Amino acid sequence: MKAAEAIVECLKREEVTTVFGYPGAAIMPLYEALRKSAIRHVLVRQEQAAAHSASGYARISGKVGVCIVTSGPGATNLITGIATAYMDSIPLVAFTGQVKSTLIGRDVFQEVDITGATEPFIKHSYLVKDAKDLPRIVKEAFHIAKTGRPGPVLIDIPVDIQNENIEFSYDKKINIRGYKPTYTGHIGQIKRALRRLRDSKKPIICIGGGILSAKAEKELLSFVEKTKIPVVCTLMGLGGMNHNSPYYIGMIGSHGHKAANKAVSEADVVVFMGARIADRATGGSKLFAKNADIIHIDVDPAEIGKNLGTAIPVVGDVKNILEQLLELAEPLNTDEWIKYLTDLKANNKKTRKPTSNVNPKYAIQLLSGVLDKNAILVGDVGQNQMWSALNFTIFDDRKFLTSGGLGTMGYSLPAAIGAAIAAPDRQVVATMGDGGFQMSFFELATLTQNKVKLIVLLFNNSGLGMVREMQYKTYKAEYGVDLNTNPDFIKLADAYGIKARRVFQDEELKEVFDEAIHYDGPFLIECIVDSKESTL
Amino acid sequence: MKRHVLSILVENHSGVLSRVSGLFSRRGYNIDSLSVGETEDPNVSRMTIVVRGDEYILEQIKKQLNKLIDVIKVIELKPEQSVYRELVLLKVGVATHQRPEVIEIVNIFRGRVVDVASESLMIEITGDEEKLSALISMMEPYGIKEMIRTGLTALERGNKEIKQHKKYEEE
Repeated sequence: MKAAEAIVECLKREEVTTVFGYPGAAIMPLYEALRKSAIRHVLVRQEQAAAHSASGYARISGKVGVCIVTSGPGATNLITGIATAYMDSIPLVAFTGQVKSTLIGRDVFQEVDITGATEPFIKHSYLVKDAKDLPRIVKEAFHIAKTGRPGPVLIDIPVDIQNENIEFSYDKKINIRGYKPTYTGHIGQIKRALRRLRDSKKPIICIGGGILSAKAEKELLSFVEKTKIPVVCTLMGLGGMNHNSPYYIGMIGSHGHKAANKAVSEADVVVFMGARIADRATGGSKLFAKNADIIHIDVDPAEIGKNLGTAIPVVGDVKNILEQLLELAEPLNTDEWIKYLTDLKANNKKTRKPTSNVNPKYAIQLLSGVLDKNAILVGDVGQNQMWSALNFTIFDDRKFLTSGGLGTMGYSLPAAIGAAIAAPDRQVVATMGDGGFQMSFFELATLTQNKVKLIVLLFNNSGLGMVREMQYKTYKAEYGVDLNTNPDFIKLADAYGIKARRVFQDEELKEVFDEAIHYDGPFLIECIVDSKESTL
Repeated sequence: MKRHVLSILVENHSGVLSRVSGLFSRRGYNIDSLSVGETEDPNVSRMTIVVRGDEYILEQIKKQLNKLIDVIKVIELKPEQSVYRELVLLKVGVATHQRPEVIEIVNIFRGRVVDVASESLMIEITGDEEKLSALISMMEPYGIKEMIRTGLTALERGNKEIKQHKKYEEE
């Protein structure tokens, strides 16, 4: 069969049902093979969105997200999406078309060295030189993307190679000499960790996105309920623990909850699980977890000791390690510590400040109250990200997605489209600011074309709110952040055939949310927000 | 900052060298030298990389190298357990009347003269760094016109092979 058909056959074997992409000359043979298959192709409006949609799809389906684009600018447009997925450890396989193998290196039309360009922020990449290798490469790519610490993998395929004839065979076994992730924890380290916890008076667990990517939420809950250790999370860890649990204290970080940050700084042992502990989580402070011994559980050994000194490292899949821990764990006496933290948390609840327009924090709280227990909220980047992260209550099967590591504006709309395609029966809401929205509003066309039902909750404060806030803090003046010539977003939505309503006051929100939730189709809600509205 | 010698087994195909060297520049690690060549297995290459850094940086380098899919094994070769060698080619300006004394020096260092021209000699010498530095400084007064060093290459002493080492994170 044609190599292009072999790729599609590989996709079937990997149980891929949906791909996101944008065709072009160098990927046409693969598109022709896709046309003849039952795989759904979602045409995006710019390649970066293909990667973001695949990322949202991966995070909700639990499968590897797939995107397919052409060579040259198609491939370079994908770059930010790949870097975004890399920073948040999202499993993707990206296929890029490449110019004819005989022309590589001659700077021909739409040629770019995409494996070279993506190298610093990709888990692995392949430039296919022999069509016969394709089945093995695709198999390896999916394996690498989803195992160990998940991440994006790119396969660059010259157009002539896609047209070659090969004999198809799909080996069941995989053997990559240099890639053998550690799955279970070292039992000695696990015992050491538990011994240290046994003597602890103020232990805390801090979870990151690793809990979600390992699908270890249940194991975490069992461990927490047995040991009675309270839990905080990073931005990426939001949703790893039920927010209504008596053990949940809040989110840490420079924009985090006070109680959660205090919990970490006063703890005598902090157990990090699937968290990188990057600058936004520590607030860049040298005093972070200053009183604590650190137990660090991560599938990526390179993360342990990178940002924080570690007393007890445990390398492995956090789901397996939690099972191993649970087997040997004993209840701790943490009643007083939890009471202290719970009181702090209760004091933390702020009263609603009056504002001249919509209060975005209140809006998210209200939305949180009316959405289903398996709803998905996708936060963009900037103030809306924190308004969403801090005011959306996550319990049951609710999910919160955002670009935590790279902080990519424009992420939420395409990611929400991917999420909604992965779970058409669940409510999906994309929160955005007027800045981020204008980085990807063209995806409204993808929304319409694919009949995706989701709500876009657009907070319009006529500017780049978070940058403006930082400028005032640092320079006492703002510059280059004004978006006062914004288009009429309601008319814009209307032009795409999307129903939309503008909200000026909090009192109108409830009714509009009800309408949007019950409306059979995509719905855009524009909330007018005071430009002085703060992040926290 | 302390100097460390790393020996790395990698898959022998294109792109690997740029992945490894890119990692050093990207993460701000200092590299003194890098040498690479095929091994007894033609599918595997071996690199010797000399880096500078404290224990934290060394550990990060090892871990980040191990994360690369094309990297099969990373070990540190400590001086007391290893043989370090380097090859240098020197083109030294030597007038005819100076030739005998230069050749004598080269012989003392067990180097070899590999090319002779009317106003220069090319000298080849292999050895550890002290020996090479000593010869180079002896040649300086004559005028070194050109010099090339291969960078350090190294192998562990004794019966143990690199393959028998555990992977770094298993240690």
